[in-house]
Amino acid sequence: MRFAGIDIGSRTIKLVAVDEAGQMKASFLADTGFDPITAAKKLLAEVSFERIMATGYGRNLFEIAFDAPTVTEIKAHATGARAIFPEARTVLDIGGQDSKAISLFENGKVKKFEMNDRCAAGTGKFLEIMAKTLGYDLEAFGREALFAENDLNISSMCTVFAESEVTSLIAKGNNRREIARGLHISVIRRAAGMINRVSSEGDIVFSGGVAKNPCMAAFLTDKLGRRVLIPENPQSIGALGAALLALEKKASA
Amino acid sequence: MSETYRPMWEQLGLDLQSHDALLGVLGQSYKDIYLTQKNRPEGMSYFDFVMSEVHGLRIKELLDEKAEGRKIIGSYCVFVPEEIALAAKATLVGLCSGADFAMEEVDKILPRNTCALIKSSFGFKLGKVCPYLESADLIVGENTCDGKKKAYESLGHLVDNLYVMDLPQVKSEEGKALLRSEYKRFKEAVEQLTGVSITVESLQEAIQTVNAKRAALYRLSSLRKADPAPISGLDALLANQVFFYDNPARFTESVNTICDELEKRIQEKQGSFPEKTPRILVSGCPQAVPNWKLPMIVESAGAVIVGEESCVGERGTRNLTDDSGETVEDMMEAIVDRYFQVDCAIFTPNPDRPQHNLEMSDDSKADGVIHYGLQFCQPYLMEAIPVEKALEEKNIPCLRVETDYSMEDVGQLKTRVEAFVEQLR
Repeated sequence: MRFAGIDIGSRTIKLVAVDEAGQMKASFLADTGFDPITAAKKLLAEVSFERIMATGYGRNLFEIAFDAPTVTEIKAHATGARAIFPEARTVLDIGGQDSKAISLFENGKVKKFEMNDRCAAGTGKFLEIMAKTLGYDLEAFGREALFAENDLNISSMCTVFAESEVTSLIAKGNNRREIARGLHISVIRRAAGMINRVSSEGDIVFSGGVAKNPCMAAFLTDKLGRRVLIPENPQSIGALGAALLALEKKASA
Repeated sequence: MSETYRPMWEQLGLDLQSHDALLGVLGQSYKDIYLTQKNRPEGMSYFDFVMSEVHGLRIKELLDEKAEGRKIIGSYCVFVPEEIALAAKATLVGLCSGADFAMEEVDKILPRNTCALIKSSFGFKLGKVCPYLESADLIVGENTCDGKKKAYESLGHLVDNLYVMDLPQVKSEEGKALLRSEYKRFKEAVEQLTGVSITVESLQEAIQTVNAKRAALYRLSSLRKADPAPISGLDALLANQVFFYDNPARFTESVNTICDELEKRIQEKQGSFPEKTPRILVSGCPQAVPNWKLPMIVESAGAVIVGEESCVGERGTRNLTDDSGETVEDMMEAIVDRYFQVDCAIFTPNPDRPQHNLEMSDDSKADGVIHYGLQFCQPYLMEAIPVEKALEEKNIPCLRVETDYSMEDVGQLKTRVEAFVEQLR
């Protein structure tokens, strides 16, 4: 018997299926696009399940379309992260359009969380647009930033302002790698601020699409002096958490 | 109601077209937010009626009072003592500041990073849509936060009847002396406005009227301690909001009628929400009509609000005024004593507020506190952090939200609030 979790994010939809022991059995990913429900339907055709739980910004759409229970991204990511790192007490999730830092009690319950404000500053979308401005693809963007030798300060957090700041840095002939590094550091500063508000010590589980960027994890470790743990498939942590909560719900029903 | 009251609104100088639009939006959101609630106390029908007539019948009443020679005083703050107004035969009403209106016009006068409450009060003036403001013989501003202080300088150019009350910022003997002299000055200004001298009898009666109103709300808030909560947070907030508009005696009676009903509901274990629903105390900035954004989000996320640590709530209504004084001076001193206890965030330091948060969470059996801060409201946003710290030291979870009157962040707020509610379960 299988239980599924679907995480409808602003950029991608993630679907995870677990068995009755909570082991991940399947994981799928698709672009959200402009019609999340159709995209979700396509994914759902890939897997059979007894019960599904939805999370992510599109959870309420899914709830209406499929009459499924929902859970917030915060609880879903906390649950998913604990499944992979049972000792985890701090989770950082940076997704396409929002970011959050969560601290957990020893038993895994959410203790406190912080989320970014209404704009996409410091999220995956910010990095994506900045990579494009610098002419990198996403993968090269993080890799190249690691090669930069000097610090370059980017002061704008707003995507629109940062884009013009980058354009003027390019015009001034600054090194592309250094600009890339500066952009990563500006996101890290913001993420570190959120983490520090919820927890002051211990390992940090880093989930969400942005965790795939090697530069982010390296700079985060540097900045906080704390170990950063990245799950094998960081984008699917929210969906995994939702699947496990669907399983739990079944157990308690 | 619009046809009946049109001449009245026209006479007040309202912009009828904009006012129609405002009433349309207000009526629709009241319907969507209030009338869709389940298991409401029957007594709330009084408040439904008040809200449906908030720019109609109530304004007519005020104009009738004016025709009989009473004066209307408009205020934006709980520091303006209603006792003094009533004792000199004036009626005190709260002025509109709970919705965005005519924002393009406001942006010409105020900086963009001004809080929504201040902007709103200007929007209602510039858009000519607040009949309370237009009916007022005197508009009282007060030097609370820097935003309001400076904004009143600009408001003074828009109205010809602004009176600014200075307020202390420190709870010292000097601070109290300032409040004392400002209340004396206000008393004289009101007496001059109405031509009525305040007497021992009139002041005592006024104190008793206002005390009764506060006691009724206090009774209401005590009943909210029950689980299941006998009344929704939205409905209780509405009662606290109408406190600023309604005829005092009628308001007191209506709240007491609801309380009688709630007592029965409690006995019968009847609630607006099921038993064991997560209980939330809202703390922070005032929520003026029709600002129902946060409670709407909270109560549709499966929690119930059981108290408001707010000017529109217990900060504004706690503590009664001693009415036993034998002279006007004695009673004026009692008024100073009562208002000097208000723990507004403009005071520094302000240790009473974290303390009141702890007491209220305990009294109302709240599982968690949501600190409601209006964007750019420096005093409350700053104080949110020590309030949160004090709560967390007692293991009471606290969520700080910062928002305004717009609806663009509702999705994000919902996620936060839902996650907070999950945390409390």
